[in-house]
Amino acid sequence: MEDRSGTSSPSGLTKWYELFSRGARDWLRHDEKVRDSVRENLPQIVAGADVINDTAKTVRVPVRMLEHYHFRLRKPDEQQGAGQGAAKPGDVLQGPQRQRGAGEKGPGGQDEGEVQLMLELKIDDIVDWLWEEMQLPNLKARVGPSEETDWIREGWDRRGARSRLDRRRSFKQLVKRRGNPNAIPTFTDDDLRFRQLARRKQPAIHAVVFFMLDVSGSMSDRDRKLAKSFFFWVVQGLRREYRSMETVFVAHTTEAWEFSEPEFFQVSGTGGTVASTGFSKVREIIDERYNPGRCNIYLFYASDGDNSMGDNALARDTLRSIAQDACYTGYVEVSSGLSRQLATETGRLYAELASSGMAAGSYALNDHDDVWGAVRHFFTAESKAVDT
Amino acid sequence: MSEDWQSYVRRIEELAARSGLNFHPVDFEAVPDSFMMEIAVYGLPVRMPHWSFGVRYIYQLIQRHMGNSRLFEVVFPGNPGHAYLAASNGLAENVLVTAHVLGHADFSKNNMLFQRCQGQVSEHIVEHAANHARQIQQAIEQYGRERVESVLDAALALEQHIDVDQELRRQRYPEYLSDAKPIVDDDFRKRFAKLDPAAAFNFTEVKKKAPVPPHPERDLLWFIASYAPDMESWERDIFLAVREESFYFYPVFATQIMNEGWASYWHARLLREADFIPQQAYLDAIKCHSDVVRPIAADQQVSLNINPYHLGFSMWEKIIENEGLEAARTIMQQDDDFGFVRNYLTRELADELGMFRFSARSDGQVKVLEHDLTALHESVIHHKYNFGAPSVAAKHVRVDGTLELAHDHTVDGRGLDLERSRRVLEYVHKVWRRPVILHTVDQQGSGLELKTS
Repeated sequence: MEDRSGTSSPSGLTKWYELFSRGARDWLRHDEKVRDSVRENLPQIVAGADVINDTAKTVRVPVRMLEHYHFRLRKPDEQQGAGQGAAKPGDVLQGPQRQRGAGEKGPGGQDEGEVQLMLELKIDDIVDWLWEEMQLPNLKARVGPSEETDWIREGWDRRGARSRLDRRRSFKQLVKRRGNPNAIPTFTDDDLRFRQLARRKQPAIHAVVFFMLDVSGSMSDRDRKLAKSFFFWVVQGLRREYRSMETVFVAHTTEAWEFSEPEFFQVSGTGGTVASTGFSKVREIIDERYNPGRCNIYLFYASDGDNSMGDNALARDTLRSIAQDACYTGYVEVSSGLSRQLATETGRLYAELASSGMAAGSYALNDHDDVWGAVRHFFTAESKAVDT
Repeated sequence: MSEDWQSYVRRIEELAARSGLNFHPVDFEAVPDSFMMEIAVYGLPVRMPHWSFGVRYIYQLIQRHMGNSRLFEVVFPGNPGHAYLAASNGLAENVLVTAHVLGHADFSKNNMLFQRCQGQVSEHIVEHAANHARQIQQAIEQYGRERVESVLDAALALEQHIDVDQELRRQRYPEYLSDAKPIVDDDFRKRFAKLDPAAAFNFTEVKKKAPVPPHPERDLLWFIASYAPDMESWERDIFLAVREESFYFYPVFATQIMNEGWASYWHARLLREADFIPQQAYLDAIKCHSDVVRPIAADQQVSLNINPYHLGFSMWEKIIENEGLEAARTIMQQDDDFGFVRNYLTRELADELGMFRFSARSDGQVKVLEHDLTALHESVIHHKYNFGAPSVAAKHVRVDGTLELAHDHTVDGRGLDLERSRRVLEYVHKVWRRPVILHTVDQQGSGLELKTS
């Protein structure tokens, strides 16, 4: 009874709860679980995310707080309760509200007021995770030196150029050495740590990747979006693997144009489909700017597969001539409406190409969930094609 | 905390004792607001780690930032009791809180439900819970966080599913049905006895294995801990630790209106009678009191919740006014919220307090219903039945170890939320390690079976 310890805690003794917060610890654990589950579902989440029109370097993914589930009764259509205040029988205290119904769809919608977290993920990180997760193989070069060396930071040493002094490290050394925590910190030369550089071999591929998109009227907005989101992730992925990679973006209807990357992701068109115009444009760019003897060429083409009747022969020839110079040509068939599974004119062109022993492949992209399947398909196939 | 307050504590305690309160000594401790918040989140000052507390913690943090809630004290019954006071309390608030805590201490020492549960759990729940937390920390070190977490996922999901009418330390069911006894009153045996009188007297029934469980078992935590076919002993210990804490929480939950009302009644009364408190502190404390027992937020006309402090406080005032303190103490000892509200929330008082029933449709429309006292009682307490959880019981364990759970929709009036139930089954499946099945009803009221894969 006399021990009122809290009020007269001996000076110098800090209570444990001033140093440690259980709530924060368990919150961090919750956060970690959220990140894990986001990461598990990352391909679906990012494939659906609206990243393309955004020049930002991050994707924002809304997530709900995790719910720890208990047995609960089904939500009734009508609930009774008790209240207090100035109200007579028959009074309507609240009119019907539209937005309240929305939260009832999934679990976790009802109690405690919904709090949504916005998880901000760096595109770089996502690509890291995905590349690692999906175990995508590295591309192998067909021509050119396979490696080049570069300086990167690696390790610390006591000697070094002033400009590479690592102040944080040095301070740590000082703290480690210093016996008396109350003494004024003074650095000695022994404390100083300098960042060191090391020569590191980097894969170097002189490569050009062509992205060709059918933007004709038959491609719906959804199709175009799917194709672009596929291209987007391919570009992100390739770009971080290969530093000396060039990209060329081509879109076509009955004509073909070359675009810059930002424009390409915005482009839309109307009109018919003449695939050969696109292929000819690619051919033309290769001839003008890239020597197949010194440069690895890749072509990815996205279309709904409908080509105009008279164009098939020309398209076949042009495509074949590109394929002969290219390391790999890939075709994504976007058909969100009907899943024709590559049974289209363009689909057949690529099938022929593949069966004649060229490095070529196709993939039917019907849904956002397929985007990563497509990426995986091409990169696995491509590495095999180059291996052989 | 100021020294002034210190000097009042003893005098308030003496005054309380003179006024007939009978309580175990209470240790007061002033703690920072952040720690107060954690106590509120965990329900106990030191409790096992689990991510779900992290979620509650964030909600609390948000609440606090919006200025919706402020905690003055949290008190844990026991001998001695522990009271934690917010270090930010002013003198007047601390005077009030001290009196309030003594009201709780009186209640928890004398109320029979508290007595029974404390008899089971012991009067040292704070220490027990800290010990559980330590055990679980050791388990984490030994078996890894993931494994311990999945046991806690299941145990804490079932934390309301206990049976306080049974002992905390329960015996296993008898293995055999009642003792084998000779059977004679049977036509067949009578005739058989005529044929061979010698054999007939030796006729005893073969001992029969009792089914497990012999009756639907609603103490799921105990049942799983005792009968899971393939659970490790440290996992059972975690289940039993959660169950013990639930035994402690039950009386707090089931007497909230009475208990908070009783403490509020006594802080108001002790304050009135404490002539040693300076005028200004008294006024501040009374202001604080009226904030606590206010039924409706200042800027609102009506509230769709009942403030248990206000309801309990008003009821006790009325009871003591009409029937005297002795009768009130008897009620305090014998009742829980169910009996208290049904017996003592009169039509007259309900009208005086402006209490009403309402129905809320899923589209958001809220409508005030006709006066009906019995229905009003139910509206006040219906969310408290069965520790606030649906009536789910273990019904049967099949030969292959499959656990069958059954939800009694006739008691609850409707079926379970299927998505949540399925998740709970998944939690349970991880510790039961055999299939788990749950029977409930769908929207139309026809039977439905959920099953883990």
